[in-house]
Amino acid sequence: MLWIAIRMLTGDAQKFYGLLFGIAFSTLLITQQLTIYYSLIERGASGVYNAPEAEIWVMDQVSRTTEVNYAMPATALDAVRSVEGVEWAVPHLRAPASVRTSTGDLEGVTIVGVDDATLIGLPERMLVASKNILAQPDTVVIDDTGITNMFEDGQDPIGERLELNDQRAVIRGVADSIPSFTSQVTLYTKYSQALNYVPGSRNRLTFVLAGVSDGEQVADIADRIEAQTGLKAETRDEFAQAGVQFIIENTGIPTNFGITVLLGFIVGVAIVGLTFSLFIRDNIKQFGALKAIGVTNWSIVKMVAAQAALVGSIGYALGVVGTVLFIYGFSGVPTFKGFFIPWEIPLVSLGAVVVILAMTGWLGLRSVMRTEPAAVFR
Amino acid sequence: MTSLDVTETAICARSITRDFKAGQSVIRVLHGIDTDIRSGEMTYVVGESGSGKTTLISIMCGILWPTDGEVKVFGTDIYALSDTQLVNFRLQNIGFIFQQYNLIPSIDAAANAAVPLIAQGMALELARAKATELLEKLNIGDQANKLPNQLSGGQQQRVAIARALVHEPRLVVCDEPTAALDASSGRRVMDLLREVAVAPGRACIIVTHDNRIFDLADRILVLEDGRITHDGTDMPDDH
Ligand SMILES: Nc1ncnc2c1ncn2[C@@H]1O[C@H](COP(=O)(O)OP(=O)(O)O)[C@@H](O)[C@H]1O
Ligand SMILES: [Mg+2]
Repeated sequence: MLWIAIRMLTGDAQKFYGLLFGIAFSTLLITQQLTIYYSLIERGASGVYNAPEAEIWVMDQVSRTTEVNYAMPATALDAVRSVEGVEWAVPHLRAPASVRTSTGDLEGVTIVGVDDATLIGLPERMLVASKNILAQPDTVVIDDTGITNMFEDGQDPIGERLELNDQRAVIRGVADSIPSFTSQVTLYTKYSQALNYVPGSRNRLTFVLAGVSDGEQVADIADRIEAQTGLKAETRDEFAQAGVQFIIENTGIPTNFGITVLLGFIVGVAIVGLTFSLFIRDNIKQFGALKAIGVTNWSIVKMVAAQAALVGSIGYALGVVGTVLFIYGFSGVPTFKGFFIPWEIPLVSLGAVVVILAMTGWLGLRSVMRTEPAAVFR
Repeated sequence: MTSLDVTETAICARSITRDFKAGQSVIRVLHGIDTDIRSGEMTYVVGESGSGKTTLISIMCGILWPTDGEVKVFGTDIYALSDTQLVNFRLQNIGFIFQQYNLIPSIDAAANAAVPLIAQGMALELARAKATELLEKLNIGDQANKLPNQLSGGQQQRVAIARALVHEPRLVVCDEPTAALDASSGRRVMDLLREVAVAPGRACIIVTHDNRIFDLADRILVLEDGRITHDGTDMPDDH
């Protein structure tokens, strides 16, 4: 009977494709929007991800994220270094600045000062030049997405001179970094150099990045730093999460994406529900005949379930493949850099598809169940 | 009319009444029908439109509950069965020929004819093979792989007949088989039904008000306003 059910459905090409389209469209919309949402808010943690060596971020009690920070006295560095179980600790400076390009444009940038000796604080990989290029005087390294913000298409940023708070800076390298939430340009430079670029107030040490000794638990050492120094110390994961949380709490992004996801769901229910009820209506006589001949209601439930499962699995697969192609296709575009589909998201859209099909299948089934077998003689 | 020897009782209907609600009022469509339908015969139920023919055979074949009364089909009190048992009883024992055929449009003639066997759980290929055999007997073996909409009306009806017989049911019911046909095709269908549907141990009930084919019946029940007013081998003279 399941074979008959499948043939009933696939034999009606118009409705079959309508149903596939509905499911695929919903899946695509939900999966794609959730992926963009997830990837976008993850950028709230880009500052953390771009300094991969740091196991612990130490900061002033009031600092919240890599961007929302309050500087500490320079003595904080030694205080952290003196905590037992801290293998290494380096200064890290993050501050906003205005930069004037050679064409005269003014651009807001983030200055990141990385440890002079170890260069800890730079992104993992460089796209142009090596990390050691920072040893040259007045050198800054720009992040790759920043290039598109600051320069015209095809313009080579290498060798470009910038004016950073009246100080000279020359771009001599490009870092492969995850864009920040605002896609603001980031300029990496040595810590000592960064102090020159950031106008002098007394405290300019925004973070201390630390690593723990072998055999120590990162969370334990973070607790110990807090207890001993009175500063705030967060593990890499905690601080990344704080960055994401900040975006969620301070932007309309969750609501906006939530609405689109809900729309995807509603459109799915509408298209699939309408098409499926039309399909049932067109076949109600056949279902009635089957009931009269001697097909149990339970068998008919299984038939409709098979129809739903077929439409659901093909439509869902199309939707997920569509999303993958979308994300893959746009992976070269800076706006979508680093976007990926975490495994939870296809599960969420699968859940949505199951709910859509269960709802519409149930509605369709009800009319089949209500059909009296005696109706076939009328 | 030559009637076959085996004349066991196929259906035993006792005091069948059936009411329908029509708005506020209740209409009694059948008024205490008592009759036995015998195997090996072709029994016609005839009467004016609205006299209750469809209601009566629906009750006799287990697809419509009587308001009152008892129906035994081959000794089974069918309305004492559970829902599932009744559905199964129909699947094993009854073949239906619907007026509108109700073939499934997207499966071919052989598969349509094989539906009762498939529903009984027979493997698809075996069921199709059996159905095709029957289609050959009905002279449409060459149409077995065609979809219903590629068949003429007459061919579709033969597929519907094959579907009613493929599982060798002991009771075949058929509502107005010739209503949509001209006189000569109507006769041909009824001849065909006599040939394939009437068998020893099998009862065949035909509902019709088509007086052109009355002479093909073994027995005729006349229904008037929900009562049987005539029961015999021929039509009463006043009809
Ligand atoms: N489901 C129903 N609801 C209400 N009235 C019905 C229903 N089925 C049949 N009737 C009524 O019962 C009477 C007999 O109908 P039916 O058995 O179909 O007659 P026939 O088949 O002889 O034309 C008609 O008056 C019809 O309107
Ligand atoms: Mg009728």
